[in-house]
Amino acid sequence: MNFLLRPLVALATTIALAAAPDERRSGYDIAGPEIRAMQDDDTANPGNLWVLQGETLWGKPTGAADRSCADCHGDAQMTMKGVAARYPAFDAVLARPLDLEQRINQCRTEHQKAEPLAWESEDLLAVTAFVARQSRGLPITVSASLELRPFLALGKQLFEQREGQLNLSCSQCHDDNWGKQLAGNLIPQGHPTGYPIYRLQWQSLGSLQRRLRNCMTGLRAEPFEYGAPQAIALEFYLMERARGMPMDAPAVRP
Amino acid sequence: MARVLINLPQRAKRGDIMEIKTLIQHPMETGYRLDNKGVAIPRDIINRFTCTYNGDEVFQAELFPAISANPFLAFSTVATESGELVFSWTDDRGQTQTETRQITVE
Repeated sequence: MNFLLRPLVALATTIALAAAPDERRSGYDIAGPEIRAMQDDDTANPGNLWVLQGETLWGKPTGAADRSCADCHGDAQMTMKGVAARYPAFDAVLARPLDLEQRINQCRTEHQKAEPLAWESEDLLAVTAFVARQSRGLPITVSASLELRPFLALGKQLFEQREGQLNLSCSQCHDDNWGKQLAGNLIPQGHPTGYPIYRLQWQSLGSLQRRLRNCMTGLRAEPFEYGAPQAIALEFYLMERARGMPMDAPAVRP
Repeated sequence: MARVLINLPQRAKRGDIMEIKTLIQHPMETGYRLDNKGVAIPRDIINRFTCTYNGDEVFQAELFPAISANPFLAFSTVATESGELVFSWTDDRGQTQTETRQITVE
């Protein structure tokens, strides 16, 4: 019976999928034509200035070990393809997920024997942007492994929890009211497809954590410290929520 | 010094109008902002940009504090002879960044 029903179930699933198209929209999808044009043109996208810098740093030996990223990882176009689309990823030794910036700094301290780069420093943004650039167009595919379940649950809880003096959750804007105006801005769904992003308001490149802190300050909540476990859990939940959407780093956003 | 991205055709036909796009990394500090101790941050902007084509100035621009960080400038010129285009940006500190690109005109 079960055996006979299987094709029917498969057919029903196909119909259901066709009836409910993907309603997820990235920041790029809802951006105006000027911002899209700026992002798409490699000479007009200021994020590429950091990518260029990252490319230089990639090949430059550093630290007590006097090794460059390229000495281990080789040509980033090959070895870093799709990597940013898989972060945050689980680190078995630390038994927690690390985001891309933390992973870069872990590599620096363990393998290059160098000082970790400061959060939001030009060099860390540059290396992250260079690595993320290699995943352009590839779908977000964070790990669905069992060890990560508790972190995903924490991230989801944080996303849905009201906070700050305005007493709003992320979900109330980005799930329930996306597409509407918040003062002069269009509320996006909050998919982290293009980080690090060049945000016109910042006139600079910035990480997802900077963006999250920005949102939290707007709610008049106390923002997470850079690298706090909650921040990583929220980043991880956002990536899981955007699973399958194409990466467009370094993105340009208003 | 700063990172620069320049987009221009490597080859062009004589008489063609070519579009040239430039982007340079610069903070374009307006001089109107205060740091977190309340002290004014001195103005530091790129105030002048020029482009010469085989020695002749084909484009120049004056820049002002309201122009965003990492200024993007696009302009066009007519392809006349093979040779080099020299781009230069000068800021308030007196630093000049110069970049050279070759072009072949057929």
